[in-house]
Amino acid sequence: MNSTAAVAGSPARKPTDWKADVMQKRIRRRYAAERRFKALGLGAVLLSVAFLAFLLVTMVGNGARGFTQTELKLPIDFPHSTLMIDPAQLASDPDQALASADIEGAVAAAADAAFGEGGARMLSDGAWLTVQDAIRKDPNLINGKTEFWVPASTAIDLAAKGQPAPEPKAAYEKLKATNAVKTGFNPGFLTKADSTDPTVVGIWGAFKGSLLTMLVTIGLAFPIGVLSALYLEEYAPRNRWTDLIEVSINNLAAVPSIIFGLLGLAVFLNTMGMPRSAPIVGGLTLALMTMPVIVIAGRNAIKSVPPSIRDAALGIGASPVQVVFHHVLPLALPGILTGTIIGMARALGETAPLLMIGMRAFISAPPSGLTDPATVLPVQIFLWSDEVSRGFVEKTSAAIIVLLAFLLAMNGVAIYLRNKFERRW
Amino acid sequence: MSLAVLLAVILGLGAIGYFAARARAAAFSRGPGPRPHSLPGHHGWYVALWAAVPALLFVAVWSQVAPGLATDAMLASPAAQALPPAGMERDAILNEVAGLASGTLDAAFNPVSNTLLPAYQAAHTRYGVIGLVLAAILALAGGLFAWTRLRPDFRARTRVERVVMAFLLVASLIAILTTAGIVASLLFESMRFFSSVSPIEFLFGTVWSPQTAIRADQVGSSGAFGAVPLFWGTIFIGAIIAMAVAIPLGLMTAIYLTQYARPAVRRWLKPILEMLAGVPTVVYGYFAALTLAPLIREFGQAIGIASASSESALAAGLVMGVMIIPFVSSMADDSITAVPQAMRDGSLAMGATTSETIKKVLVPAALPGVVGGVLLAVSRAIGETMIVVMAAGLAANLTANPFASVTTVTTQIVQLLTGDQEFDSPKTLAAFALGLVLFVVTLLLNIVALRVVKKYREAYE
Repeated sequence: MNSTAAVAGSPARKPTDWKADVMQKRIRRRYAAERRFKALGLGAVLLSVAFLAFLLVTMVGNGARGFTQTELKLPIDFPHSTLMIDPAQLASDPDQALASADIEGAVAAAADAAFGEGGARMLSDGAWLTVQDAIRKDPNLINGKTEFWVPASTAIDLAAKGQPAPEPKAAYEKLKATNAVKTGFNPGFLTKADSTDPTVVGIWGAFKGSLLTMLVTIGLAFPIGVLSALYLEEYAPRNRWTDLIEVSINNLAAVPSIIFGLLGLAVFLNTMGMPRSAPIVGGLTLALMTMPVIVIAGRNAIKSVPPSIRDAALGIGASPVQVVFHHVLPLALPGILTGTIIGMARALGETAPLLMIGMRAFISAPPSGLTDPATVLPVQIFLWSDEVSRGFVEKTSAAIIVLLAFLLAMNGVAIYLRNKFERRW
Repeated sequence: MSLAVLLAVILGLGAIGYFAARARAAAFSRGPGPRPHSLPGHHGWYVALWAAVPALLFVAVWSQVAPGLATDAMLASPAAQALPPAGMERDAILNEVAGLASGTLDAAFNPVSNTLLPAYQAAHTRYGVIGLVLAAILALAGGLFAWTRLRPDFRARTRVERVVMAFLLVASLIAILTTAGIVASLLFESMRFFSSVSPIEFLFGTVWSPQTAIRADQVGSSGAFGAVPLFWGTIFIGAIIAMAVAIPLGLMTAIYLTQYARPAVRRWLKPILEMLAGVPTVVYGYFAALTLAPLIREFGQAIGIASASSESALAAGLVMGVMIIPFVSSMADDSITAVPQAMRDGSLAMGATTSETIKKVLVPAALPGVVGGVLLAVSRAIGETMIVVMAAGLAANLTANPFASVTTVTTQIVQLLTGDQEFDSPKTLAAFALGLVLFVVTLLLNIVALRVVKKYREAYE
């Protein structure tokens, strides 16, 4: 440090002796600090990645079991059961006949007979529905003795999957000894809707709600977003109005999602009187939230189209609208699509604004239209996570796996599009 | 039903107009005389727009007016004598008739509705037919008018493009409308709230218990709306605990990826880290509530904090911090890469090690950008909802103990608005006041952050 003072006038300064112990020590210290800092950086990266891995492993570990269900073999001897069903009525009006027959009681009695005292409690509360569906499909069943595979209760199910609880464990071992139990893939989880009983729930209802909602969202947000981006980037004069639009869009992109939920509640539900819990309201709300994302991505994509393309088209007589729709838009489309997919992925995982517009109701049938009450996948996850029954833990994780798989696929497509069509001019 | 028919008729006429005009314009270019100004397609669109747009506007107006006209016609019919005089019952019957006619109701609750139904349906059908005929006439008239203007030298392209530009302008105005809608709805409902609770009490009161009683004489019938515990909880979780996780990890990650990692490693690690931002918040919330919260409570009890809650601020804050890491990291990444290479080279040439260069040159130079990024991250964290709804508690505590349960603004908004209560109580309106505060604060944070980042960018350009 003092060497700088000795440049002018004074005798030539002594060169630093790098071999000296002091300097060597100093260099070693500095290099050690360098290594420590680098390790710290690597540690930060690894910690973040480890957290992601921990999250995914936990979800997959819990959720893989959610796709399976334990079933019990239940023999029912219909002619000797308490089932009161009229074969003639069953042929003419099956719904009425099945509703008035006490299938639930008959199944419970059969379970008690088959598995001993308390056997009915080993079955899922929804087990009799399986029997009802079977009778509906084949009315001849009621004339004889049949064996059904019906879903087991949560306690037995968890025991079969290795949860340590002494009483159900013993019951499960007994069942296993008589070969009356199996655990296998549960197709109902992918085809049924919500239920109060974790052994018979499914995600199809919520998934269909998500699809309908996303349909509305993309149908509104994509055209509006692309047209706004085109206007702002290609035509808008520089004036106060344009500035206002730009400021609005940039702010909307940063507004917390729950505020959009409040907007949806106040405007769509209370002022316009649209139906609660409907995919169309959810779609509208999410469209307002997604649109700024698409506009910003679209503007960047349009900006990257070189001006020479526009000049060439104008030069051979195209009008400004033709220039944009025939040349600029097609060239910018891959970038716009990438932004759109990312925005849609975010909308698909969004929960809070949908809670505000009433999409947290218990819906036990898949929606059949845009105005039917519906729920969506993330909200379904939220609702199940609130359930007390322990059987819902693995179902929640399984639903999370489905949601994550979809988001991953969407992001994968976006990255693929970007890599495949990205053009450097 | 009749609306679908109307739309089909109008769009059908528009399509016919398009093809007919295009064929006619195509004949221009084959015929003698000067070359036509516009392409056949432009002529086609010109006619189609004239046919469809006025008729569609008419339908939009008519669909609002027609039900009222049908009701009036029904009231004039003799069956309407049985109606009770103006009041709630009368309105209920009228609603029921409309519901029966449109098919949303299966059976009437009030027998009067059934007697009125034929009159209403007749009027409904009559006005439906009138609307259809008027719309068709309008479409034909518009189309014919446009048709008569088709000439080789007619500037159809200019006219059509003017409409296209109008569409573009309308599309971009929707952003302004949305912003205005947010501000208006929040302000309007908040005003109603502040007419029953003073803003001073709301902003500076320290007791939050929004339960309003059903009966006036019930205990705790007057809710307390002091939002300070909520603001504190939000800052504690979002701006203190979450940032204590996100800033060091995000900054170090950005430094490692930009300065140390080889390009191949960087190409792999960056998307993986961005996955953290892509995980839905409900998944983080579930993870925080189910996996992390019990661990943290056990840890708290192990180090001697008996009151450790299973809905601790720490669990929600930690998970939120992890969610924010990629956000902070990418902002820091941008500002570090924006530091001119000459500064880095200069420092290295003087013999500084890489870490010395980073600590003494790059980070100080990039600091405004990093600070701006952190502000944006804070604004995102305090607006985050699902993690705190699922993992943080509902108790409005004013405490700095990370193992205790605190509540946040967003949690309370969800709690206040997802019960079954009438919409006019101060309890539900309080949610909008909280929303307004949240909106204003995030807006200010964003404006400040963008200004900081912009100023800093200008410094190096």
